[in-house]
Amino acid sequence: MTGCRIKIIYLIAIAFFLIGSGLCRAEYDYIDITNPFLRKIPIAVPLFKKMSSGDATAQLSIKASDLLSETLEFTGYFKILDRGAFLADPQTDAVFSNINPQNWTSIGAELLITGGVLIEDNMVEMELRLYDTFKEQLLVGKKYTGGINDQRGMVRLFCSEVIYCLTGDRGIFNSKIAFVSTSSGNKEIYICDFDGYNPKRFTHAESIALTPAWSSDGKWLAYTSYEKGRPDLYIKHLKEKFGAVIAKNGINTTPAWVPGKFALAATLSFSGDQEIYLLTGTGKISKRLTYKWGIDLSPTWSPDSKQMAFVSKRSGTPQIYIKNIDSGLVKRLTFQGYYNTQPSWSPKGDILAYSAMEEGRSNIFLIGIGGEGPVQLTHNEGDNESPSWSPDGNLIVFSSTREGPSRIYVVTAYGTDKRRLLALKGEQTDPEWSPRIVD
Amino acid sequence: MRKKLWISLALAFVIPGLLFTASCAKKAVEPEPAVAEDDAAAKAAAEKAAAEEAARKAKMDATELFLYEEIYFEFDKSDLLPESQEVLRRKAEFLKDNPDLMVIIEGHCDERGTNEYNLALGDRRASSAKAFLVNLGIAGSRLTCISYGEERPSDPGHNEAAWAKNRRDHFTID
Repeated sequence: MTGCRIKIIYLIAIAFFLIGSGLCRAEYDYIDITNPFLRKIPIAVPLFKKMSSGDATAQLSIKASDLLSETLEFTGYFKILDRGAFLADPQTDAVFSNINPQNWTSIGAELLITGGVLIEDNMVEMELRLYDTFKEQLLVGKKYTGGINDQRGMVRLFCSEVIYCLTGDRGIFNSKIAFVSTSSGNKEIYICDFDGYNPKRFTHAESIALTPAWSSDGKWLAYTSYEKGRPDLYIKHLKEKFGAVIAKNGINTTPAWVPGKFALAATLSFSGDQEIYLLTGTGKISKRLTYKWGIDLSPTWSPDSKQMAFVSKRSGTPQIYIKNIDSGLVKRLTFQGYYNTQPSWSPKGDILAYSAMEEGRSNIFLIGIGGEGPVQLTHNEGDNESPSWSPDGNLIVFSSTREGPSRIYVVTAYGTDKRRLLALKGEQTDPEWSPRIVD
Repeated sequence: MRKKLWISLALAFVIPGLLFTASCAKKAVEPEPAVAEDDAAAKAAAEKAAAEEAARKAKMDATELFLYEEIYFEFDKSDLLPESQEVLRRKAEFLKDNPDLMVIIEGHCDERGTNEYNLALGDRRASSAKAFLVNLGIAGSRLTCISYGEERPSDPGHNEAAWAKNRRDHFTID
């Protein structure tokens, strides 16, 4: 347990130096890929030991150990070591007892995950263990039982345990991503797992759906749809599909749920001017939040819901502003360039991601809430828009046309490990990362 | 002998002189007619397009013309250009002649910039036209604004010509 504690401190230290101090110190080295702290932890994940005979077990051994590697790699924390370099064979060597740490430290592995899989009467038993190879300590040990189709769930549960042990945070493995896709020929909202797995169509309106937003309990989705011919705002319970519609004159759009509350901010223009209002979860206006003539839209809340960032054209070009809800004071946050929109407040509270258009191209930027930076995360690779934070504040999902059609990509908050999340037919835009979902 | 000398002298002085003249001529004179020709060609093309456009409009009845004529905007702007105001005055006359018609004003944007912002910008473009028509005496209750942002371009191109066509208000009869 002390080994685990030390590791926690170690990783938190990394996170602090990467996110915290970069902003405090200076604007330019906020993201520095040569930063020595940006060191991935080498981890070995040998194929899980087959505890029963047969092809099904052999397949499960490969699939589950690969899936576990990929799931951990997704976080950006780890370097998954090549199995070809391993000195020990988990099928013959001891898996759970008498592990020889030197076999792993000598190939550079600081962490080791061993597993055993058993299939009996169509039930799967998976035992997984995380070791610190240098301290020669078992950090996590779990056994899961379930159906053959539950293997992904088991692997994710264990990954969640691993991340919790190493960082003190439950991770993102039960989060989802909502996005807009034209796969069916119309813009509809889809929802996939955090890693792009299992995309499912959520709306079937055959019109235009835009700007999905998750409630902080993960149970509700608000979005704009032209289902009735106009841009109305829909509030829907994800499972039960009931909810409310705000269908005032003009636009009803860019919803943003207040953290921890059944309430949301949204842009409505029934007054003849685009202003941001606070709405109840049932769609009733409870308060007006902006008062300037000109476009105000795209609210995003600080995690403590005391501040709201939004886009306003009050100074002549679209820029990002922050409003203190209690005092009512509004301050301008962005001063670089002439087109800064789509703010997304980090769950860690200290940074906003947004998209900026310069010379006709859109890119993702980060800026501290005190105006530190900004730092550019994407460069010369198509148009990059709609940033949204993972619930742990470590990753950013965004859309990009870098490969031609718009697709969805993920990048770490330090600008590293850019990868495509998924590619469906048509174009994918407007990704929105959910909070941690409690199913 | 003397003849040869004359020829040499002629070559020595006259030919470089000719060359010099020629190079001057090339630099100073030739490009100008080329530009003028381009201008003339562009002007002719524009005049031809305008004439075709006028001929097309002349064939339309009042309703067709009302549905056909759009108004256009500059990038990230929602204020009405002088030519747009002309078009809207014609639309106001038409609506006074047809007092039972209800109209939808669609506000559109080009693909540049972000969807959400363009939704708001399209809303303002539609509202600009509505406000102008209301000032000309058309009842606001007859005019509904719908913003489509950048979702429904009329020209799928990715260049300034396409963008200029897409930054528009389109009018339909409800």
